Amino acid sequence: MPATSRVPDNSGRFGPFGGRFVPETLTRALDELAAEYDKASGDESFQAELDDLLRNYVGRPSPLYFAERLSRQCGGARIYLKREDLNHTGAHKINNTLGQALLTKRMGKPRVIAETGAGQHGVATATACARFGLKCVVYMGEEDIRRQAPNVFSMKLLGAEVRPVSSGSRTLRDAINEAMRDWMSTVETTHYMIGSVVGPHPFPMIVRDFQAVIGRETRRQCIDQLGRLPEVIVACVGGGSNASGMFYPFIEDGGVAMVGVEAGGRSDKMGDHAAPLCFGRPGVLHGSYSFVMQDEDGQTCDVHSVSAGLDYPGTGPEHSFWKQIGRVSYTNATDDEVLAAFDTLAKAEGILPALESAHAVAEAIKLATDRTPDESVVVCLSGRGDKDAQEIARLTESRKLRVES
Amino acid sequence: MPFVTAGDPDLDFTAEVIRQLVDRGSSMCELGIPYSDPIADGPVIQASYTRALDKKIKLADIFQMLGRLTPTLAAPVVTMVSYAIVYRRGLEEYVSGAKAAGVAGAIVPDLPAEESAALAEICRREDFSLIQLVTPTTPRDRARLIAERTTGFIYYVSVAGITGERNELPREIVDNVAWLRRQTDLPICIGFGISRPEHVRTLAPVSDGLIVGSAIVRRVAEASTKPRDEVLEEIGDYVAGLLAAMEE
Ligand SMILES: Cc1ncc(COP(=O)(O)O)c(C=O)c1O
Repeated sequence: MPATSRVPDNSGRFGPFGGRFVPETLTRALDELAAEYDKASGDESFQAELDDLLRNYVGRPSPLYFAERLSRQCGGARIYLKREDLNHTGAHKINNTLGQALLTKRMGKPRVIAETGAGQHGVATATACARFGLKCVVYMGEEDIRRQAPNVFSMKLLGAEVRPVSSGSRTLRDAINEAMRDWMSTVETTHYMIGSVVGPHPFPMIVRDFQAVIGRETRRQCIDQLGRLPEVIVACVGGGSNASGMFYPFIEDGGVAMVGVEAGGRSDKMGDHAAPLCFGRPGVLHGSYSFVMQDEDGQTCDVHSVSAGLDYPGTGPEHSFWKQIGRVSYTNATDDEVLAAFDTLAKAEGILPALESAHAVAEAIKLATDRTPDESVVVCLSGRGDKDAQEIARLTESRKLRVES
Repeated sequence: MPFVTAGDPDLDFTAEVIRQLVDRGSSMCELGIPYSDPIADGPVIQASYTRALDKKIKLADIFQMLGRLTPTLAAPVVTMVSYAIVYRRGLEEYVSGAKAAGVAGAIVPDLPAEESAALAEICRREDFSLIQLVTPTTPRDRARLIAERTTGFIYYVSVAGITGERNELPREIVDNVAWLRRQTDLPICIGFGISRPEHVRTLAPVSDGLIVGSAIVRRVAEASTKPRDEVLEEIGDYVAGLLAAMEE
């Protein structure tokens, strides 16, 4: 098998990246999770149950949609959108939470905790927990509770408890810290349903595998609809789960270029963006070794993004590996480019993308413009933008005021 | 064995606190290197790390303070430090820097046995202790492995959880530590949650040292609102009280 399919190894390493840098207290639970996942992977009834849920509960396969008007506006390559926004709960996150909920049941744990940034993973976790009768606690930074209010209501309606996190930057990174601390004390009865391809082994592998349904479907749909594979695939990268699920099934397809888009924020100055693969260096954060934004002492730096789901100083270890071996290229889109792309897609196609996904749209517009109409660009449209409508209205208003004054 | 956070409220006071703790009879001192994302720590130590980092305390400043303090100190100092910090500094460089500052060893709470080989090798070569942790969730065959790899002492974590004062500690500690004792010749120290004389009375007979963190960090934090002499005196009295309970 080619080298890229054999990762991670048994210690959770993707090349040099990944591993397990967590307190000893969590080691046993991580070993148990890895063992349970290994058993489940070889169990046909597990896969059958998950497939049934994905089809009848989530509504998969999600369509691969040819964005004709958007493509025409760009005047270049044909742009296709993989519509993860049409999934139940409105984003790709549900692919992972249903898989992990089945694992939680198998392990006999009655309680689930999760972190959330944009609230999409929180909603997907609360949904899976309601569906399987699990107790659910979601940690969310106070800043994100403010800017993603609609998702906070949904989580509560689904029966989850939302615990505000007021430490540090009051965003995703702090929510992960708080969830890990909860897990330290409750590890015997609680599963930590992590929301992206980050954290200690085996999480980056498990979440990638559950999200890989995106890429597998896309590959099949490209062959059916285009008669071949696309020239380029684009996805946004926060922790990196939608990108990793989209890219992984294409890794051996050398002719397919892949681009991960990080949050470029206000500028490329430290503190103004959340783009560790573009501007950071390898270090340890939240249990794994990967690209991260740190100062010279190893302290995590503050980051910024207009999008709560990408506002994170670290990234999944497999992305660091793909960057290192040159298989995927990583770039970033600024807040302004993202708001413009949001607007363009809304007006051209009648689709409101999540601000996270709008990062991928912004890059796809650039890429398509430089290519010819016989080429295709596939975008992972990871989620829908209803949750962002209010925050965008607020930002647009304050920008207008800035321009006028 | 008291734990204090480096640089809260400032490094001069940290040095004074350590001196006071040693003068009052502590046999070793554990110095916490502030870290931005400490997942094994409860609110008291987290908040002290945040305050220290807000004051822009750097690792170099901490080593400099220790370099001045340790030559005149009657007890060894070990650092509690996240692997994020050790890695960024460079493994060799961290160990040599700490050693040059008179530090005797390191506790790296987010570096489990599987990941510790490289650092352990350097520590062995430099004769610098790498103190590893055993917890209530550690299976026994794994605990044996950790005991083989540890140098200095074994840190037995009393609870499955984060740091912070507890009213009661789990009863199984005594049995677990007694079992661990039969697997190793190394000293065993117990930490997490310990704050009261009655804890000390129960645990002193089975251990070689007890680590008290949040209860001291909380008292040090009062230095922002109280005269420093008073705070030093109170911390000294508190630790002397615990040490007296140890003798009972
Ligand atoms: C719609 C959407 N896309 C992307 C992300 C970023 O996460 P990841 O990089 O793991 O896909 C989020 C996270 O909240 C999200 O809600």
